[in-house]
Amino acid sequence: MKNKNLVSITDFTREEYLRILDLAAEFEKSPRQDILHGYVISTLFFEPSTRTRLSFETAINALGGRVIGFSDKGATSASKGETLHDTIKMVSNYADLIVMRHPLEGSARLASEVSSVPIVNAGDGANQHPSQTLLDMYSIIKTQGKLENLNIFMVGDLKYGRTVHSLLQAMSKFNTTFYFISPDELKMPPVYKLHLDEMGLEYYEGRELTEHLNQADIIYMTRVQQERFTDPIEYERVKNAYILRREMLEGCKKSMKVLHPLPRVNEIHTDVDDSPHAYYFDQARNGVYVRMAIITSILGVK
Amino acid sequence: MKDKQLLVSAIKEGTVIDHIPAPVLFKVVSILKLETLDTMITIGNSLGSKKLGKKGIIKLSNVFFKDEDINKIALVAPCAKLNIIREYEVVEKKVVEIPDEIVGIAKCVNPKCITNNEAVTTRFTVVSKSEVKLKCHYCEKITDQDNIEIL
Repeated sequence: MKNKNLVSITDFTREEYLRILDLAAEFEKSPRQDILHGYVISTLFFEPSTRTRLSFETAINALGGRVIGFSDKGATSASKGETLHDTIKMVSNYADLIVMRHPLEGSARLASEVSSVPIVNAGDGANQHPSQTLLDMYSIIKTQGKLENLNIFMVGDLKYGRTVHSLLQAMSKFNTTFYFISPDELKMPPVYKLHLDEMGLEYYEGRELTEHLNQADIIYMTRVQQERFTDPIEYERVKNAYILRREMLEGCKKSMKVLHPLPRVNEIHTDVDDSPHAYYFDQARNGVYVRMAIITSILGVK
Repeated sequence: MKDKQLLVSAIKEGTVIDHIPAPVLFKVVSILKLETLDTMITIGNSLGSKKLGKKGIIKLSNVFFKDEDINKIALVAPCAKLNIIREYEVVEKKVVEIPDEIVGIAKCVNPKCITNNEAVTTRFTVVSKSEVKLKCHYCEKITDQDNIEIL
């Protein structure tokens, strides 16, 4: 994996996913190691992000590496009209690895072709956010003890949600059965269902959140955003139909966990928070270990 | 009165690209970079065609294309036909085939794609040929037949 870019979740193989997840478990056991001493890693955030940037920077600092970068493009030459191409060319002279987030889709792929050092994509618009997917997978393996043969429910905005698309692509390598629960306007796009057909995997589609929930090993919640609807009346009609409440979880498997990429607005009622099924805050903590694993694998120090 | 008809003369050696839809003839010229050739080229456009209504035709003396080069025009002129000429005779007929990868010809449909915002050569994988579907190498979005725009 040394010097490999992580731009899209499909850049890595099944074996590489498993290697990252093993390594993340190792970092969870001993999160303070001085193995990045002497390394300079650049975090270029052309678009604001709290969780992702802080968890990457925590991961780097905890392993003894140094961080250069910015968290707002207003303070950079990009605001003077410098192209992404030129910014990346310049920064790749300074850093050993670049972590970047950019509002335009495909920006990280372009950066990987321009840069002399590896690129880790921390989100390119609505396209890819592979470290999020790997931390979702880490949360799944940690809570279920395995990745194979699970029933994963994806709920909410399945049309625009990049996290569910990437998770689907990655988990399709592990014989997952998917349940897609969404309003008609926000159904899983055909291209992803076609992918599952090609992989020979079963999936179900429905509109009712409460249906079949007792089958679930994982419920992956996403936010239904008003701006996605062309018809405001339709939004009003469905907005409360995709809120997960504690009483809905009564018949669920004991081992079932609720995941959410965060930030949450109201799609998981706060009464779920202290249920044993709630895992979304732990999920966010797992991000640090997974990002340690990604960075050290690519730099070849692990 | 003398008949002043100008005939497009036959070529001795070379390639004739026929059945190009008239509206894309000059796209084909630019995709194949014919303006850089200094060989004899005859271009006819808006000629009557039973099949296409109006068609274009290009005759190139002493030019023989590699399949991978000529296939670049398949996106704009999928029904174009090639006649390979030797000693004034058609020795081979070919059809164009959509290649597996399209570089620098089409525009990505996604306005938020980096290729529509910065000077980047577009690149697509052809994921379906019967009904053309192009997957952007950068933003990973699909541009389908109805939305293909030629640069």
